[in-house]
Amino acid sequence: MTSIASEGSISVPSTSQTRPRVNIGRIAAHVALLFFVALWTFPTVGLLISSVRDKDQLAVSGWWTALTPATTQNASRVGAAADQVQEGGAFVIKGNILGGDSAGRQIVSFGTTNAELAAAPAGGKLPMRDGGEITVAANGDYVWTSPTEFTHTARPRIYFVMGAQPRFTLENYVAVLSAEGIAQSFINSITVAIPSTVIPIMIAAFAAYALAWMRFPGRGLVVALVVGLLVVPLQMSLIPLLRMYNVFANVIGTDSKGYPGVWLAHTAFGLPLAIYLLRNYMAGLPREIMESARIDGASHFKIFTTMVLPLSFPALASFAIFQFLWIWNDLLVALVFLGAQDDKVVLTGRLVSLLGTQGDNWELLTSGAFVSIVVPLIVFFSLQRYFVRGLLAGSVK
Amino acid sequence: MIQQILSAALAVLIALAACFAYFWGTNWVLDKLVATDNSMSPETVTRRDNRRSAIRPWLFIFPALLFLTVYLVYPVFETLRLSFFDKFGQNFIGFANYGWALSDPGFWQAAFNNVGWLLIVPFFSTAFGLIIATLADRLWWGNIAKSLIFMPMAISFVGASVIWKFVYTYRGPGIEQIGVLNAIVVGLGGEPQTWLTIPVLNSVLLMVILIWIQTGFAMVILSAALRGVPEETLEAARIDGANDFRIFFDIMIPQIWGTLIVVWTTITITVLKVFDIVYAMTNGEFQTQVLANFMYRWMFISGDYGRGSTIAVILMLAVVPIMVWNIRRANAEEGTR
Repeated sequence: MTSIASEGSISVPSTSQTRPRVNIGRIAAHVALLFFVALWTFPTVGLLISSVRDKDQLAVSGWWTALTPATTQNASRVGAAADQVQEGGAFVIKGNILGGDSAGRQIVSFGTTNAELAAAPAGGKLPMRDGGEITVAANGDYVWTSPTEFTHTARPRIYFVMGAQPRFTLENYVAVLSAEGIAQSFINSITVAIPSTVIPIMIAAFAAYALAWMRFPGRGLVVALVVGLLVVPLQMSLIPLLRMYNVFANVIGTDSKGYPGVWLAHTAFGLPLAIYLLRNYMAGLPREIMESARIDGASHFKIFTTMVLPLSFPALASFAIFQFLWIWNDLLVALVFLGAQDDKVVLTGRLVSLLGTQGDNWELLTSGAFVSIVVPLIVFFSLQRYFVRGLLAGSVK
Repeated sequence: MIQQILSAALAVLIALAACFAYFWGTNWVLDKLVATDNSMSPETVTRRDNRRSAIRPWLFIFPALLFLTVYLVYPVFETLRLSFFDKFGQNFIGFANYGWALSDPGFWQAAFNNVGWLLIVPFFSTAFGLIIATLADRLWWGNIAKSLIFMPMAISFVGASVIWKFVYTYRGPGIEQIGVLNAIVVGLGGEPQTWLTIPVLNSVLLMVILIWIQTGFAMVILSAALRGVPEETLEAARIDGANDFRIFFDIMIPQIWGTLIVVWTTITITVLKVFDIVYAMTNGEFQTQVLANFMYRWMFISGDYGRGSTIAVILMLAVVPIMVWNIRRANAEEGTR
């Protein structure tokens, strides 16, 4: 069959007629998915690339040009008659139009007027109005020679196009971590997140077990309460809690905004989801194991701590990831209960104030934003399996 | 700094110790107080056993209930009460705050924008999520693609706001644009715009951020649901000569209808509460205000408990139908267990 085809036969077997159509569909699917992936990733990629670019280059060119040399137009004065030296039979003025500092920069072309930036390429020769000819090398060194003595006193301008080599650096990170308080906020975020992630787990696990495996009047009501509280907007809680915290702080004479208050608030706000997730998971554990343990005389406390808790590890991990990401990414609760002082403001809050004060300093904003998203990204990519599992258990049920 | 971390670690230890002490301690006390032994009559033993198993569940759920009551249930009623009081929460003023809200153009602006968010974000997130899930499940690199599209879910709303503000950033005409959107517009021969100051369009551009985040969520859930559609059903349809589009719309969509609704409502709730994006991008300027940010403003900038509470209650009212529906579903499930 293949030999016939290779000989140029036009008879196509009927079975392969559907093939090309399927292939076109496949290719279209590949292209469409690639399009979506590109659309979804380009903003983050842009942020990442920008955060490691030289800040001067970042300010004048798009991140998609990061690998090509950025060209800028510039002008610089060359020497006057007083700078000339006699070499052989000619008079020479030497110097560097980049001021000697050519790190990463090079001359692309130059000219003697603003309109003729590209009159000569780097290394070429151009006649000067004051006599003689000038050569500008790529590194900025110029040599202006004339058979007759120079007499001009005004230093003439040379106009040039300068290409800056793409430069990648961690300077932006150093700047944002040291000067803009991002490092302190990073610590603050960790201080908020760790207790707020751990505390609800144990409280929720006991409640979830009771709701899944113990029979008692009012159980349905508690489950309904938990499910209902899942969707209550946080905005409903803020004002009463803040008032409560203020009263409490007055009584014991402390600041109403502090870490313990935030830990407790996050614990409470995470509980409905925690109980819901864990209860669903625990309810799915095999009934036989529980019942045989009961018959053997094990108490609920013992069954819970020795069997259910270890078996529920995947669900506990799912919730822990959720809660951690939620707290790390939260702005509202931290803003309301912790405030914006330097020793308390979390990364998200700091980033918002950077947006306000450094609105156009994208080298700081991009690197600051990356510092704030790097922890969730690591957690996300390393524990995605648990994250997805929790997501499915939390909403499909 | 180190000290701060240590204090957090210490807090974790104390909390764990307290939890352990409570659960183990109360359990031990219950077993001691309502103990049974061989000297008791069978009736006493049964009665005491019953009493123990009536009390124990409440010991297990007490801490959780305490937290839920203090931090979520009580505030709901307190906020409702405060919405009928004045600025400082002292004098009862009836429905005056609600009257104010209904006549305030700022409130209507925010409410109108919220409706726009509610119509647009869940629709596009779910639609894109469905399309991407369908495509990705047929291709060998689908999992990588899903991972990348899912990634924004891990990023904070504030981080996402910075990312997208950079996409929308503006440089004067004639200068090279460093924001992707303006670079494309200029590349196509247009004029660069300060996107975030153009009313209506700017709200849509803010919605794009949330769609970008929520699509991954919809995709993951719907992808799992699509895999649950029985292969035999699809095979039968293929044998009957149905093409891919017919299979998708007439078989797959009806099969995952319940999941679609769950995804839709979950995103709807997220949208209702959206605060960070507006706060970080425009702070409600240029007619981009939404209720959550409007509430924050009245509460924490103007310090008005009454009006802040009123806006919160209105947000809550919008959530109630979904809440009731969720509870009903949960109860129905409880019945079958």
